[in-house]
Amino acid sequence: MQPHQPSFLRTLFFSALLLLACARAEAQLTIDIVGVGAQQIPVVTSEFVGEAKNAELLSSVIQANLARSGVIKNVPNAGLPRTAEATAEGYAAYATRNADAAVVGSVTPSANGQFQVTFRLLDVPKRTQLAGLVYNVSAAEMRATAHRISDVIYEKLTGDRGVFSTRLAYVSKTGPRFQLIVADSDGVNAISIVSSNEPIISPAWAPDGVRLAYVSFENRKPSIYVQNVSTGTRQLLVNARGNQSAPAWSPDGRSIVFASSQAGGTQLFIVGADGTGSRRLTTNANVIDTAPNWASDGKIYFMSDRGGSPQVYRIDPNGGNAERVTFEGGENANPKVAADGKSMVFVKREGSRYALAIQDFASRQVQVLTQGPVDESPSFAPNGKLIVYASIYNGRGVLAAVSADGRVKQRLASSGADVREPAWGPLPR
Amino acid sequence: MQQSFVKRSLWASVVTAGALALLAGCSSTPEQAAPVENRTATTTQPPSTQGLQQGATTSPGAVTSAGTVGQATDASGLDPALRDPSSPLSKRSIFFDYDSFVVKDDYKATVEAHAAYLKRTPRARIVVEGNTDERGSREYNLALGQKRSEAVKRVMALLGVNEAQVETVSFGEEKPRNSASTESAFAENRRADIRYVGE
Repeated sequence: MQPHQPSFLRTLFFSALLLLACARAEAQLTIDIVGVGAQQIPVVTSEFVGEAKNAELLSSVIQANLARSGVIKNVPNAGLPRTAEATAEGYAAYATRNADAAVVGSVTPSANGQFQVTFRLLDVPKRTQLAGLVYNVSAAEMRATAHRISDVIYEKLTGDRGVFSTRLAYVSKTGPRFQLIVADSDGVNAISIVSSNEPIISPAWAPDGVRLAYVSFENRKPSIYVQNVSTGTRQLLVNARGNQSAPAWSPDGRSIVFASSQAGGTQLFIVGADGTGSRRLTTNANVIDTAPNWASDGKIYFMSDRGGSPQVYRIDPNGGNAERVTFEGGENANPKVAADGKSMVFVKREGSRYALAIQDFASRQVQVLTQGPVDESPSFAPNGKLIVYASIYNGRGVLAAVSADGRVKQRLASSGADVREPAWGPLPR
Repeated sequence: MQQSFVKRSLWASVVTAGALALLAGCSSTPEQAAPVENRTATTTQPPSTQGLQQGATTSPGAVTSAGTVGQATDASGLDPALRDPSSPLSKRSIFFDYDSFVVKDDYKATVEAHAAYLKRTPRARIVVEGNTDERGSREYNLALGQKRSEAVKRVMALLGVNEAQVETVSFGEEKPRNSASTESAFAENRRADIRYVGE
């Protein structure tokens, strides 16, 4: 095999496709909640004063978000006093319904077609305000505002960052057509950013939440592209012989680790996010090293069959010896480390079933989170509380989400399409 | 969970340009679809005519055509024998057992025919495309398919083919010939296909 040549960058601009800006994808996800937390916080979200007159119903988006979290239970809000303030009458009504917290708010048209949105989060037993915010937004930003309010509510009530303002990337397959889709975390605003009759796999968000790396087979082999989802600019990352696949970003967004067959077999390489400075990280062409994940602790976790069966290893990005991380079971694949670096989710084969499992690094305890039979491609939410993955339901590819404790379960299906290869985007900056 | 509530006392007024910019980024960013040229799948023959009964379905008298065809080319610059159903060069698929990367004896004749052609046609280039069935993770299957394509290349190298004429790639489980989840479909999908560059 020829040695790798420094790849020149192909930057392709698709100005003609500006015409397709904001075109809606065909496949929009619908979310079913199939499992909830053992303990749920009862929260009542009033209709926002003035919201019925305006485009988006803030309170319904907030309620759907809170329900999806699995750890909050929506208390029915019919017949509550119409107020955006903390009132004695309101507190009495929330307490009667056994709500621990209440959300009130308002939407008021202001100048230049803008709206002023207010909201308060109230501690019902203590009759105190936990949060209060005002936003000046356009009608188009109303839904995003509901997500930001949901993030504040979730964080105040649970102590964890909310992920309602994040985005998902996934691949949708309809007949022979593959689409790389970017959608809001609730499946709404799904937009196709790449469309092809050849396979697309392995999307990976840069830490900036703007660049997306993925593998496209459009040149009759797997090649990695990096695309700016805001501008549509797209680059072939590495121009080399063989397959280039499984891209994963460094925590600083400057480098990408990937799997390549350019030197025979399948090993890990590291390249600058601009395509320059490619170097080989693992060197044994007789084994398979692939599916890398660059963790926040700086280590690169990956799967390898160097020990006979596919298992998870980790290695320093500067090289050195790889350390084996999984020991239970005959096949452990596709590791993804939580943002806090304390645990790792991966695909575990149990007999003929493939299921997600999570391993705590300190205790080395492994907990199986899902039943399979074909669960794969896990991706952590940036707060580490939920994991989205690909599954099969009624013979069709669906996305599913499970909480890191295995209790909360959701299914994200798309009518008429197989969906797979989810990647949960970072928190907005 | 009351204890976990963080007490926030004031009605904070957060109407800043920064907040607006964050919100605007969620919805008003223009997003564009990148076009991708559509390509048809590699033309291959179904295993029924190319697999186990390969010898039986090859028409009599045509077996030697690969050895006798000269340097004739068609409009694409490729030897017409590559597309001649009576030529062993039209056989393009090598099927593998489960979890195996061994080129079975059933496919030696196919590999040998292509090796002979490559040796006497130094300008010809092939891509060997490895495939797997759907079991296992996508990226691992991509690597497994690569082992199959490299196994075919290794046999060709042993037969004296210049390795620079052979590129190996893998489609993993992504381009199944038969998308059913049955044992017979899996058997059709565990294969390496030979494609001539320019086809």
